Amino acid sequence: MIETVRDLLDNYWVLTPVKVLAVLAIFLTFPLVVGYMEHKVMAHMQARLGPMEAGRFHGVLQLVADGIKFVQKESIIPRAADKWVFALAPAVALIPAILVFGFIPYGPNLVPIPSDVGLFVTLALSSVSVIGVLMAAWSSANKYSLMGGIRAAAQLIAYELPLVLAAAAVAMQAGSADLAVIVERQGWWGYIVGPLVVGFFVYGTAALAELTRPPFDMPVADSELVFGHLTEYTGLRFAFFLLTEYAGIVSQSAIAATLFLGGWKGPFLDGPWWLAAKVLLLSFGVIWARSTYPRLREDQLQSFAWIRLVPLSLALLLVVGFLKVYEVGV
Amino acid sequence: MATELGSGGAAFQAADGTGVGIIVRDKADRELHTQDMTLNVGPQHPATHGVLRVLVTLDGEVIEDAQPVIGYMHRSFEKLAEYRDYRQIIALVNRHDWVSSICNELGVALVVERQMELEVPERATWIRMLMAEWTRVLNHLMFVGSYPLELGAITPMFYAFREREEIQALMEWITGGRLHLTYCRVGGLKQDLPRGAIQMSRDLVPRMRERLKEYEDLVLGNEIFAARTKGVGVLPADVACSYGVSGAALQAAGVPEDSRKTEPYLFYDQVEFDVPTGRNGDSFDRFAVLLARIKESLRIIEQVNERIPPGPVNVRLPKVVRAPEGHAYVRTEAPLGQLSYYMVSHGEKTPWRFKMRTPSFNNISSLPYLLKGTLLPDMIAVMGSIFFIVGDIDR
Repeated sequence: MIETVRDLLDNYWVLTPVKVLAVLAIFLTFPLVVGYMEHKVMAHMQARLGPMEAGRFHGVLQLVADGIKFVQKESIIPRAADKWVFALAPAVALIPAILVFGFIPYGPNLVPIPSDVGLFVTLALSSVSVIGVLMAAWSSANKYSLMGGIRAAAQLIAYELPLVLAAAAVAMQAGSADLAVIVERQGWWGYIVGPLVVGFFVYGTAALAELTRPPFDMPVADSELVFGHLTEYTGLRFAFFLLTEYAGIVSQSAIAATLFLGGWKGPFLDGPWWLAAKVLLLSFGVIWARSTYPRLREDQLQSFAWIRLVPLSLALLLVVGFLKVYEVGV
Repeated sequence: MATELGSGGAAFQAADGTGVGIIVRDKADRELHTQDMTLNVGPQHPATHGVLRVLVTLDGEVIEDAQPVIGYMHRSFEKLAEYRDYRQIIALVNRHDWVSSICNELGVALVVERQMELEVPERATWIRMLMAEWTRVLNHLMFVGSYPLELGAITPMFYAFREREEIQALMEWITGGRLHLTYCRVGGLKQDLPRGAIQMSRDLVPRMRERLKEYEDLVLGNEIFAARTKGVGVLPADVACSYGVSGAALQAAGVPEDSRKTEPYLFYDQVEFDVPTGRNGDSFDRFAVLLARIKESLRIIEQVNERIPPGPVNVRLPKVVRAPEGHAYVRTEAPLGQLSYYMVSHGEKTPWRFKMRTPSFNNISSLPYLLKGTLLPDMIAVMGSIFFIVGDIDR
């Protein structure tokens, strides 16, 4: 019995759909879990209850209900909008966010798409989403959308650099850009014990900015720009953008957990559950930041990236390189 | 005498020979052609909390010009008042600034009483003070919640409303109303306090004080909040005075003007309190002054709680109240600033003219000055810290 299953799984044409389905299932459920977590965590931080009705138990099915509602909504394309670009933008934003999940190592020998340059592929993919944002912003024919899109682009350029530099420090330490190898080289405590803790801080901050989550949510600043590039979107397309945001939180948390927190490794019983727990923990941090901080101004945000984060990550790269060359153990 | 500088500018000696200036030709000669963008912020916009419209001319994100366009909520209160008798006017005015109804109706009661030369029972005056100060706390708490919200911090809003709810419970119990309380009457109050209300008010004061400390730590002490508001929207004292700005915005500029102090009404001269002032007149100071004003209000409430004497709360009036011929003016400190009513009576049951001077209208008129040259995100920081209610602007 087990033999036949193993034989079946060795077959490429059987294995691929299984992998695709598994990744898709993770992609579909995990962002929803994080979305629900955001509802509840923020509610309790803000002296209220959050969703309590849908799904009978503490509103567990709230996001499913939301999804059904979004499907029913009228899909409006403004008359002045660039129709094709407007319609395609959610897909351009969403698909890279899904693809990232394919490169994450979920356990020993459990990498859906093994790649020698997994680190760079994931980082590259996660920044493609902003093209979708720009497309949405430009095609909406709305001034608020346009300003939101321009801000998003400026923000991405500023924060991509510290993000990549921090990740490069990890790659340097591990001696590989293969995510699976990076995890292998870490103990279960990860890289945050040691100088790379600075890298974790830099990466976390830059990732928050890249996700345009508070306090770096200038592109959608709801009190100024109404809703930035999302202003003109309705129905399912809007839901896709929301899904992109949560998928982005999950994928960035997964990358951060893989790079700095030891990925699927745990003090006992190594496996995907450890990665899941770390992702949830990091997502909690993302949500926590949202309910704590006001948002930065655009120029403050830029100067924070260029004056603080970039030099910090460059210094980190130097230190890690120095320790590596002189073989001072980390 | 002009000498060519080469790149489109010309140096010249000023006519009186005092210095050298540079004339820069049209910007478009040297740089890429740019065009200003006109953006309509409002009337339906999340930051204008209501229907204020600001016509903004933008160069990138820099505001070149900002003009508030008002009147989307004009309800012609002044004209309506000419057709309402004095009791009805009280129900009318608590609608222009809908978060400080008692303070508004108090002004009307005072102006009519002044014209009729009515003696109001002492108990009624003390209770009016108590209610007016709680209203002030209610109003300020709303802005304490909404201002961080506009800067992107969503949490303080919920906490401010939790606090408000406790005060609302007290007010509801006393007056029976929630938003438009309509508690003041010409000559006194609608009804006496229910038994235990003063005790409830006593209990509330320390609780509010404790919570205020949290706001000071978590909002005023937040680095990003300080970075967003310090030095933003500086309104110097002389400019503030020339626009007729009053309330927290004026006090933040360093002017200790508060009609409770400078022209005491009710028994404000018998209680101890300070007028908090700021130093820089920026958004941060305005918010800090707002918080300090809540504290002072709590101080007043504490004293009033102990001084309410027994006695009647109203005087008997004829069925139809007629103010004698003449005119009267009353100036009060509403939560948002100086609120004045001017009434001209021809001896009929309705006023011949009823003029309101509402604080938000004057405060908002300083916006073009404040917004010129700031960034779009600062516009929100400035507008939020002027603390206005749209109904109070348009009347």
